[in-house]
Amino acid sequence: MNRPEGPNSFPRADRAAVNPSYRLYHPKWYRERYPIFWWLERFAYGKFITRELTSLAVGYAAVLLMFEIWVLSEGQQAYTRFQELLVSPPVLIFHGVGLLFLLFHSVTWLNLAPKALVVHLGRKRIPDAAVLFGHYAAWLVATALVVWYLVGR
Amino acid sequence: MAKVSREPFFWAMFSSGGMIAALVLPAMALLLWFAIPLGWVEAPSHADLVTKIDRPLVKLALFAFVVLLLFHWAHRFRFTLYDGLQLSHLYGLIATVSYGSATILSLSAAYLLWSFP
Repeated sequence: MNRPEGPNSFPRADRAAVNPSYRLYHPKWYRERYPIFWWLERFAYGKFITRELTSLAVGYAAVLLMFEIWVLSEGQQAYTRFQELLVSPPVLIFHGVGLLFLLFHSVTWLNLAPKALVVHLGRKRIPDAAVLFGHYAAWLVATALVVWYLVGR
Repeated sequence: MAKVSREPFFWAMFSSGGMIAALVLPAMALLLWFAIPLGWVEAPSHADLVTKIDRPLVKLALFAFVVLLLFHWAHRFRFTLYDGLQLSHLYGLIATVSYGSATILSLSAAYLLWSFP
């Protein structure tokens, strides 16, 4: 037998025989137990998890948009009923929270743009502030386009 | 043959979805969820809206938009579950459920837009 030394040199099936508590991909390394609500410990952690959870509002907006398109295809009456549903207080409150999440997503996302996008013009690097300004300008233009297409005459 | 990771593809979807969401969604939500139903603006009629959507290019754009938003959600929520609730041991299951539901919803969106109105 000229098998090299060390536990990882064994074929996988043999490892369980060497160490009965070994589970494939689940080695029992040492790590501190962490509470499941670790992100409530600090404001910065909470902000991080809130930013990550904005994806729920994004997914919801996509699904509701498709639902509204389906309602439109169902005809005038269905659409009127849907509009009535949208103005009921619980739905308005829910959507208020949703809109705050969407705004939080926009601001955190666009603020990261200068870090993600390093633009060079010749040998000069475009300053972060300019990249940031460009993205906020794009937000303004996109907003204007949406308003124009949806409610413009 | 080396196994090609799918991660870059999903990351690209996450990233473009995040950008389009950041630029478009606040305005869209403000109009569709508040301004139009509450009458803050002169609301387009049912027929107006149907005409606005019933154009091939608009349908295509709506489809791309919705798919990117869904995959942005799937990718980010997947990692929120891993990190936030420490569920990394359910790696395969969570990935399958999140990308799977984004795929099913995308296909429904395609069908819906294709058969619109």
